[in-house]
Amino acid sequence: MATNMIRLTIDGRPVEVEAGTTVMEAAEKTGIHIPRLCYHPKLSVEGACRICIVEVKGMRTWPVSCATKVSEGMEVTTASPAIRQARRDIVELLLDNHPMDCQTCERDANCELQNLAYQLGVRDRQFAGERKCFPTEDSSFSVVRNSEKCILCQRCVRVCAEVQGVHNLSQHWRGAGTVVTPAFEANMIDSVCINCGQCINVCPTAAWIEKSWTDEVWEALHDPAKHVVAHIAPAIRAAIGEGFGLPPGTPAAGKTAAALKLLGFDKVFDTNFTADVTIVEESHEFLDRVKNGGVLPLITSCSPGWVKFIEHFYPDLLPNMSSCKSPMSMHSAIIKSYYAEQAKIDPANIYVVSIMPCTAKKFESRRPEFMNAKGRPDTDAVLTTRELVWMIKAFGIDFVNLPDEDFDNPLGYSTGAADIFGATGGVLEAALRTAAEILTGAPLPSIDFTQVRGVVGLKEAELEVAGIQLHIAIANGLQNARELLARVRAGEKFDIIEIMACPGGCIGGGGQPYPPKGGYTIDFDLYKKRAEALYAIDSGKEMRSSHKNPYVLELYKNYLGEIGGHRAHELLHTHYHARTPRGI
Amino acid sequence: MTKQNTGERAYTLERDLQDFIASCRKREHPESFLITVLHKVQARCGYLSNEHMQEVAELLGVPASTVSGVATFYHFFRLKPQGKYMINFCLGTACYVRGAPLVVDAFREVLGIEVGETTKDCLFSLEATRCLGVCGLAPVAMINEEVYGKLTPTAIPGIIDTIRRREEA
Repeated sequence: MATNMIRLTIDGRPVEVEAGTTVMEAAEKTGIHIPRLCYHPKLSVEGACRICIVEVKGMRTWPVSCATKVSEGMEVTTASPAIRQARRDIVELLLDNHPMDCQTCERDANCELQNLAYQLGVRDRQFAGERKCFPTEDSSFSVVRNSEKCILCQRCVRVCAEVQGVHNLSQHWRGAGTVVTPAFEANMIDSVCINCGQCINVCPTAAWIEKSWTDEVWEALHDPAKHVVAHIAPAIRAAIGEGFGLPPGTPAAGKTAAALKLLGFDKVFDTNFTADVTIVEESHEFLDRVKNGGVLPLITSCSPGWVKFIEHFYPDLLPNMSSCKSPMSMHSAIIKSYYAEQAKIDPANIYVVSIMPCTAKKFESRRPEFMNAKGRPDTDAVLTTRELVWMIKAFGIDFVNLPDEDFDNPLGYSTGAADIFGATGGVLEAALRTAAEILTGAPLPSIDFTQVRGVVGLKEAELEVAGIQLHIAIANGLQNARELLARVRAGEKFDIIEIMACPGGCIGGGGQPYPPKGGYTIDFDLYKKRAEALYAIDSGKEMRSSHKNPYVLELYKNYLGEIGGHRAHELLHTHYHARTPRGI
Repeated sequence: MTKQNTGERAYTLERDLQDFIASCRKREHPESFLITVLHKVQARCGYLSNEHMQEVAELLGVPASTVSGVATFYHFFRLKPQGKYMINFCLGTACYVRGAPLVVDAFREVLGIEVGETTKDCLFSLEATRCLGVCGLAPVAMINEEVYGKLTPTAIPGIIDTIRRREEA
């Protein structure tokens, strides 16, 4: 491969790299991390911020190292006095057009702009001028845009288009008036935004943040008239530890349960319980469609970002959607019916808080389908992992040294099938475990469907289950889903498809902890560690198939009646509808 | 927010524009025809409404955010309806020192609109421009293709009135 190798020097050191490598990547090989801001390793190169400029001998101008390919004999200087001064000036100019509210900002201490200003030695503010003024846009239930904090790096524009295939955002107007908004500068609530929150995850500042519901939750916790219960999503336990400095992939279900009890929740349940219920209902629905010639492929409906996406972009495929509510909405509905009845508490006094890795769950909780006749949502508040981390810190709880506690039963018990919901492929594997055993009528020799595992964007497999040949597929990141859906539209035969909006599934959700300094989101190596935590919990459990959960069986026996029956439909199923504006 | 989007879609763009966009979509890189399409829509309709831009997006297969991003970036594209008579008054140096601001005030008063706006009857739009190249006639304005030179505030009501009467006739 020697012919494809390029020799150059970076800061006087000879380097040999493959042709096509950028100067930024080549510098990494010599141990130099060129300062950068708009660059994101999982997104296209924008070259907007100019922080990563370098000197190249013989070139008249300073090229950006993220977008400049190496060439033979190139002599690169990454940090001459002039370059360092220029970088500092660029950051100072960005700060000049930025609110001076670091101490009270949501991203204080994990803001990339703030970190960069420190790293580059911005100690004085040399420039002071007119600053851009935009109102905060908070029409969405999930995300809030503060364009005054936007530095126009376009990471949100890129993630929305390239990773999610939504294309909701674009720069509008020009010069000092440039602003990132949806089409026609519409409010987020009136746009094709799917509420996934990936814009928050990639934003270097606080231009995008989740809509915070912590005030409401604090208030409920201190209201003696309210019976406040929490339930936590599968993916929380795999990532929340990172918010407290624990290594990625540290399972922390027990600590989370303990922390929630300390915060004052009357009951701490596990969304996993209704993940098991989802599997029981969904595999029943799937087998029913297979046997009775129903619409196939069946497509999973747990991910609220995906649900809104199909409503805007692929309304013709809505009949393929599973009618099952998500585990969150099932859980909240069961708390306010079954649990309320058992505990003899008026559902009107129960306040349900669900802890989700997801900003779109906030939107889901406000869908009219998930409200009672009086317009009260089944899920009163949704907190992201980040919001819960903050609440735990605000309370002064020493999370890392907290002894494990159990969830409360019956709605806190789950099988291993529920834990893996948080990773891409997990829902499908859980469904296969149950569907296969129902079809064969006997326990499976192995319940590990390893074909569907692995943190990659798109997976498919042919499986034989009880003599039936199944073509299955899994997508995460909606750009990957679009590829799959194009094939479904073209008539290719699939039997069951799992789609999660966020890259990696819920473990990569838009509400998960920010990566540590120097790290980045959509990092599949990080997500693999989170996924491994979930598979480790699963394999360590005695019971690993949803239909064997004794409390789930009890729920059906005592309350719901038949699987897929009338009461189950009332409480556990929903419907979808096409939405405008039409997605393109 | 929750209106249906299935079923037949009725487009308001005229048939030949729809056909033109469809022909662009069949070619390589349909998105590269976006500006051409927007030019044609504006030429026909006078400006780019949100509704028309959404239709362009759907028919050309380009995200609506890209369409409105492009439309707001370029000066040439108008996002508000334009009057039948476009008044472009000059604010170049020569016109300015010869009293253009007073002339502008007279236009605003007579028409009852601000600079950049259009009268309710869609007859007049008022826009500022820089040098029109006829400084000898300062202060000067163009109403559509016609040049009006050596303007004074007192002349404005008559000019507008003449056009209005012509339109009513």
